Amino acid sequence: MKPTDTSNPEYFHKVVDCQYACPAHTPVPEYIRLIAAERYSDAYMVNWESNVFPGILGRTCDRPCEPACRRGRVEEEPVAICRLKRVAADNKDKADIASRMPEIPAEKNGKRVALIGAGPASLTVARDLAPLGYSIDIFDNQNAGGGMMRSQIPSFRLPAEVLDEEVNYILDMGINATFDIEVQSLREVLDKGYDAVFVGTGAPRGKGLNLPGLEDAAEHVHLGIDWLASVAFGHTTSIEKKVLVLGGGNTAMDCCRTSRRLGGEDVRVVVRSPFEDMKASPWEKDDAMHEGIPIYNNHVPKEFVIEDGEFKGMYFEKVMAEYDPDGKRSLVPTGEPLVFMEADVVLMAIGQENAFPWIERDLGVAFDKWEMPVVDRNTFQSSNPKVFFGGDAAFGPENVITAVAHGHQAAISIDLFCQGKDVDERPAPFTSLLSQKMGVHEWSYDNAIETDKRYAVPHAPLDKALSDRMLEVELGFDRGTGYKEAERCLNCDVQTVFEEARCIECDACVDICPTDCITFVGNAEEEQLRHSLTAPAGNLAQDLYVSEDLPTTRVMVKDENVCLHCGLCAERCPTSAWDMQKFLYNVTKAGR
Amino acid sequence: MSYQLPKFRHPELPKNDLGYTKADYEGAISTLCAGCGHDSISGAIVKACHELSIEPHKIAKLSGIGCSSKTPTYYLGKSHGFNSVHGRMPSVVTGAAMANRELLYLGVSGDGDTASIGMGQFAHVARRNLNMVYIVMNNGCYGLTKGQDSATADEGSMSKKGEPNPFSAIDLCATALQFGATFVARSFSGDKTQLVPLIKAAIAHRGFALIDVVSPCVTFNNNKGSTKSYEFVREHAEATGAVDFVPMRKEITTDYKPGYSHEVTLHDGSSIHLYKLEQDLDPFDRTSALLAMERHRAAGDILTGLIYMDKASRDLHEQLETSRRPLSQLTEEDLCPGNQMLKNINASLR
Repeated sequence: MKPTDTSNPEYFHKVVDCQYACPAHTPVPEYIRLIAAERYSDAYMVNWESNVFPGILGRTCDRPCEPACRRGRVEEEPVAICRLKRVAADNKDKADIASRMPEIPAEKNGKRVALIGAGPASLTVARDLAPLGYSIDIFDNQNAGGGMMRSQIPSFRLPAEVLDEEVNYILDMGINATFDIEVQSLREVLDKGYDAVFVGTGAPRGKGLNLPGLEDAAEHVHLGIDWLASVAFGHTTSIEKKVLVLGGGNTAMDCCRTSRRLGGEDVRVVVRSPFEDMKASPWEKDDAMHEGIPIYNNHVPKEFVIEDGEFKGMYFEKVMAEYDPDGKRSLVPTGEPLVFMEADVVLMAIGQENAFPWIERDLGVAFDKWEMPVVDRNTFQSSNPKVFFGGDAAFGPENVITAVAHGHQAAISIDLFCQGKDVDERPAPFTSLLSQKMGVHEWSYDNAIETDKRYAVPHAPLDKALSDRMLEVELGFDRGTGYKEAERCLNCDVQTVFEEARCIECDACVDICPTDCITFVGNAEEEQLRHSLTAPAGNLAQDLYVSEDLPTTRVMVKDENVCLHCGLCAERCPTSAWDMQKFLYNVTKAGR
Repeated sequence: MSYQLPKFRHPELPKNDLGYTKADYEGAISTLCAGCGHDSISGAIVKACHELSIEPHKIAKLSGIGCSSKTPTYYLGKSHGFNSVHGRMPSVVTGAAMANRELLYLGVSGDGDTASIGMGQFAHVARRNLNMVYIVMNNGCYGLTKGQDSATADEGSMSKKGEPNPFSAIDLCATALQFGATFVARSFSGDKTQLVPLIKAAIAHRGFALIDVVSPCVTFNNNKGSTKSYEFVREHAEATGAVDFVPMRKEITTDYKPGYSHEVTLHDGSSIHLYKLEQDLDPFDRTSALLAMERHRAAGDILTGLIYMDKASRDLHEQLETSRRPLSQLTEEDLCPGNQMLKNINASLR
């Protein structure tokens, strides 16, 4: 193998699994250390700079970071990264945070940008552009900012005050927001002479199921996201006793749990796929089942049943999943008789779609055969150079943190575009690599490895939670537990940096490494090398760190996979060929 | 400074026949200097014992005094241990081995502990062919008292202060051969591919097995001009050949270049395969072994690998025809023949 090029920032970035997996690349270990140091406001700001909504995401994020967490590969469960983020948000000093908000120039730069939709993507664009002097107009069809975070995430998961606080940090930046307005025509917006327009209208249309009997049952069948919005805005305050929720995603989980709070007694989730294939996050499924909601898997909805003009329930066909050699799944009927389930009402949460009826097709914004806009994956620019897309509106439904990541990149593009620069010339990330050595065998980070198992977040008592739709179910970690959970973090951003010129090949690092990451061996091709290391290096997603040739003609090979970043290799190294260096990686923002 | 090794281990560590991973053979975190060769030898002992699937409670690790003799704390944390008096480890092992012949005796000593204060003990334990592994962690200096030249420091070898050693060195392998050791090897802490199979072969050998391991002292004897520095040993080590230890029931898988190879079956049914590089050495002939060592010493090289092995070795228990049942397991009934028997014996002498 060729020696590893550590001057490429992506190498060490990839070692920080959580940060690498995060669409917005939030420097996770950095803020976890700040939480452990009780510097909650600092931890909050590290988050805020990167993901804009720490309090919201600390409750609702899909947490792609956690399955990636290295801790999950050395013991049972990853660090509770998401809920630690909430610890920072819950314990920050609000006045302190307000004083740290970027200054908004009184004199504008003369460029006007329209943002359509006030969801996480648009708000991120506003947050990045307002401090640069842009005049920003936001239009949204809801009565307040936040988009789907407001209409679809129930209050018992995300209290309104948390949402308001973080939305307002942005709207208070001199943003001109117009609510309760449905933008009917992109042409009209463009005609107002904006220098750029950003479309962040999400995926607002729920998918339906056209099954026999739907026509007669229609008044008993609702689209999940529309029903959740109706609850969120106070139009719906109750539901019948027997509720069937169709679908296996997080919207289905929100629908069933909201139903339980509005009067639903026999609430069931029915899903076509096997339980483990459901799209909902595992913890959302757990929370639903904890609230007494059964999940019926492998049931395909067949028919709405009407008797004597009255809606009675639904028929389902039992199936089982079969996988072909490529792993492609097909659901094969088991041949058992159809299953009947009684219901008063059915909520359909089987997916969402984009809809752009308001974008005229002659504006130079190209659409593909699925009626999705043609958007550049890096610049978020459409085929009309003035029009940018982001969030679910760009490539279909994803999640909040992805929308935020889109927003940052779109803001960079809009800034470059408005300044007459090439949007394809993306600025490099900001990185730094700093030794953590404080003295002989002493590090500026806490390198001892705690063995604590993952701490569970306390919940409100079930009876109380089910009787109040507004009562937040999760109580969050207290400071003490937050500290203990923070100490589980392995500090993967503190990199093991190897300098071959200093190495005397004494093997001290090999002998001390608790997880057998390091081997000195003759060089070979990667596949062969992976088999000749001290411990098996079977995780191909994790890189091998390979040195230049050493005097004995061997090379140092480190499998990054289960490195604990404990610093013992560097402590036991007599010549400081190993050093522990903190790698900070920040995605560049507009105006940098 | 870290005082504890993290508890987590690689999740796919190989398990041996007993179901144990290497971690089950480790000890406490080392407090020796960073980069000390001794730590590598500890690592090699852990690896050898793990791969041989020895039950940890069937091992006794013993030592004298010195940096080397601290190391038993750093390996085999679940085995028996005895940290004895300076230079007196052989006596303690002799006592223990006579009382319980069923344990594996792993003695660790240093160049000071063996070649100075313990020289007499060393001579006699080799002469008696006690069934033990005797590892010398040989760094040519007294590291614990700030690096004075030891008795194994080569003549002319430069100390850290720049003073050449005026005295001639004791070659532990050569002396052990003359004392009657039945297994003599030399190795280097920085070469585990050689050291681990040598330790395994020494464990399987019945009789006194010496491995003199050059183990650089990074703090006091790793300077230019020293003949026991990492750099010097790497440049001047000449291997007698490659050794492959083959436990009983295991097939030979190692693929060496064609050359002279020799298979030796050991007492326990396992075997070692020698792949000779040194054409003029017959490792089963004492004279040849002594000559080879002398030749390399004169050329300024360090001869490493298996130097001598007596295939017909008879250990102390065999020579003394002691009870097959360990002394420690014999009861009063077994040991005391009774009054009548005593009378008969006395009568026969009258």
